[in-house]
Amino acid sequence: MRTLYHFNGGVHPPSHKAESTSMPIAQAGLPSRLIVPLHQHAGNTAKPTVKVGDRVLKGQLFGMPEGSVSSAVHAPTSGTVSAIDMQIVAHPSGLPDLCVTLIPDGLDEWSPRNHTNYLTTPPEELRMMLRLSGLVGLGGAVFPSDLKLRPGKHKIKTLVLNGAECEPYITCDDMLMRERADEIILGTEMMRFMLDADEVLIGIEDNKPEAIAAMQKAVVSHSFNAMEVISVPTIYPGGGAKQLIRVLTGIEVAAGVRSVDLGVQCFNVATAYSAHRAIEHGEPLISRIVTVTGNVSHPQNFEVLIGTPVHELIALAGAKSDTNGHIMGGPMMGVALPSDQVAVTKATNCIIESSLKLFPSPLPELPCIRCTRCVEVCPAELQPQDLYWFAKAKNFGKAQEFNLFDCIECGACSYICPSNIPLVQYYRFAKSEIWANERGKESSNLARERHEFHLARIERDKREKAEKLAQKEKLARAAKAAAGNAETDPIESLRAQVREIAHPEAEHSKE
Amino acid sequence: MFSPFITQASSVRAIMFKVLLALVPGIALYIWHFGPAILVSITLASLTALATEAAMLKLRRRPIFPFLSDNSALLTAWLLALSIPPLAPWWLIVVGTMFAISISKHLYGGLGNNPFNPAMVGYAVLIISFPSYMTHWSSPRWLDQLHLTFVEQLQFIFAGQLPSNVTMDALSMATPLDNLKTQLHVGHPLSDILNMPIYSQLAGHGSEMVAIGFVLGGLYLLSNRIISWHLPTSFLVTLFITAGAFHLYDPTHYVEPLFHWFSGAAMLGAFFILTDPVTSPTTTRGKLIFAAGAGFLTYVIRVFGGFPDGVAFATLLMNICVPLIDIYTQPKVFGKKDSK
Repeated sequence: MRTLYHFNGGVHPPSHKAESTSMPIAQAGLPSRLIVPLHQHAGNTAKPTVKVGDRVLKGQLFGMPEGSVSSAVHAPTSGTVSAIDMQIVAHPSGLPDLCVTLIPDGLDEWSPRNHTNYLTTPPEELRMMLRLSGLVGLGGAVFPSDLKLRPGKHKIKTLVLNGAECEPYITCDDMLMRERADEIILGTEMMRFMLDADEVLIGIEDNKPEAIAAMQKAVVSHSFNAMEVISVPTIYPGGGAKQLIRVLTGIEVAAGVRSVDLGVQCFNVATAYSAHRAIEHGEPLISRIVTVTGNVSHPQNFEVLIGTPVHELIALAGAKSDTNGHIMGGPMMGVALPSDQVAVTKATNCIIESSLKLFPSPLPELPCIRCTRCVEVCPAELQPQDLYWFAKAKNFGKAQEFNLFDCIECGACSYICPSNIPLVQYYRFAKSEIWANERGKESSNLARERHEFHLARIERDKREKAEKLAQKEKLARAAKAAAGNAETDPIESLRAQVREIAHPEAEHSKE
Repeated sequence: MFSPFITQASSVRAIMFKVLLALVPGIALYIWHFGPAILVSITLASLTALATEAAMLKLRRRPIFPFLSDNSALLTAWLLALSIPPLAPWWLIVVGTMFAISISKHLYGGLGNNPFNPAMVGYAVLIISFPSYMTHWSSPRWLDQLHLTFVEQLQFIFAGQLPSNVTMDALSMATPLDNLKTQLHVGHPLSDILNMPIYSQLAGHGSEMVAIGFVLGGLYLLSNRIISWHLPTSFLVTLFITAGAFHLYDPTHYVEPLFHWFSGAAMLGAFFILTDPVTSPTTTRGKLIFAAGAGFLTYVIRVFGGFPDGVAFATLLMNICVPLIDIYTQPKVFGKKDSK
């Protein structure tokens, strides 16, 4: 038996997972149209590579990664691009973002796909391949995977594969592990190859015995070295990357620290699966498994094309009339969707249809009585009641001093609070105020710099004018004195002057 | 709507209710040994607390029902009633409770905002303003002494009338703790004092059993995770060590530590007063320091001070230190424990 480590706190909300695991993963099929956002990942929006009216093939690029932190976006099926415009996306703000709308032609015709033998391909090339396949973390953070597959300053000892899936209701990873364990294991081995990691630890919460058995069977059948499936205790948020790394390796990855620098990297099982599809079959990330559950008549997991409108997906599970909202993600960290017209993205692991029966309205907020139940459950070992106090008083400096930014917003504190205080909301508010302040500071600094530079330039222009005048007079005198002497080239000396004038400005703009 | 969309079914009301429930064994033993007069003071205190709470909420323009039903005012009332002699004029507990709820709770911002334990503030006001009433305790009903019937007790509480030829002094006695201090002061040897009929195995006759009732309630709170073990343990251990050190130094003058555990408000303080979350520190180390300080001060005030017991003033003195203790005992957060 491997010794497991412990992290502070955690809660045990009712799991509600059984509802959506009685049926195998179903294919959601082709929707009437696909709305594919160009910004589905952490980092920069992908740069569109298609025009309205283009006929595209399945897997064809919709957008190229722009800048170092970015990822590619692809056509989920073959069809015609009908619009490239701003549409409401799956974000609680309800703000529109740039999307490509595709009308499927029903042929589902693939663009050319290539198989790659990863063992004979340099890791750098594999990473580029994943970047162009649009592979991002499917656990919810949607960070470009190619960047996480770069070895850090130190040798990577452990690759952690996250199959914990601790949030209630969500079962997409569970079902993927039950049904497609082989491909997950093969993808994991590819990731290990890229990272040159010594061991692979696959953490799965002990409330998923079928998934554990399937993954164990797959590991045994492939007989990869030092790859182990480990059953971890079921506790929320045990599936957070930091928490799972802690449980499996004992390492605590502090806020702002990259886990690779501590010799460990962590990926979600679905990311490993999609990495395998990309390298082995040349298929970019155009679909994912989504749990559709909550207030529906047949809760189930579906393999869904990215861009599928949420309402068409919900219809497959049997929408109910008393539904009062749509949650993307789990009930602990998920977001309320602004509408069911938005599309499934790479981050959509679960859609929970909410009703007053499932999620009653919150009770009135009472004052904090400092009972410290929130301290007991906080996996980041913060003092949530102090952070609440500071956030409420808008004492943001103190909130930062008390490690506000170490908060992972898991919601355990809000869940447990006997005074019904929406604590996480206060932390989000404090964080966004601090960010806004910093941006304000930055822009005012910029404005001041600009103003100072403007004054300096006026000053310099004056000085230069005077110098130029002096120079002219000097030149004129020299010309008079050395009339007929052709050795000095007037054009060359003018160029030198220009260079001198241009020089300080060039220096400044570099800063 | 924002996440988390689910919450655990727990509430301030339920927590406070469980604390009230945990007081029941102690109150039952109190009635068994000292008679039902305590029920009168608990009732008076409860009614006063609810009325004062409602009036203050109205004056502060706060919603009345959610706060009135949170059980916190009732808890203050019960703790104060258990701290003062039940055989006293009705207005004593009423004045104490009104002060506790209005001045020391609501003027500081109400539930969650009071720096001092309201019940202990109420007690402090009464013992400073009306010391004579505060030292007249009934004796356990099996001691060979004059006892009033319940009707006679009611007559005294509400009308101030005692049966003819009965004086208050004949009815009441000092607490075992107070008596010990007085007797030592006039030069009686400790062994003789402890042979007096008001003393029993552990401490005072009857009162030691009430203390055991509070321990039972405290264990219920611990097992229900309403309170953490840090506060009672640190308090009792410090009280034991301090008393033990003095006892070892001079066993003929300083009573053994178990006496201190089971006399006065030590057990009530350990499990019900210090554990008030609003007025105690939030950090683990802070709780240990806070309760240790209270344990030490309780002993010092009991043995060297002028008051019959030390728990109330020790609690209030340590309440003052809570913000400071909290600031200096902030734990290191996840991933930053070894960073230098």
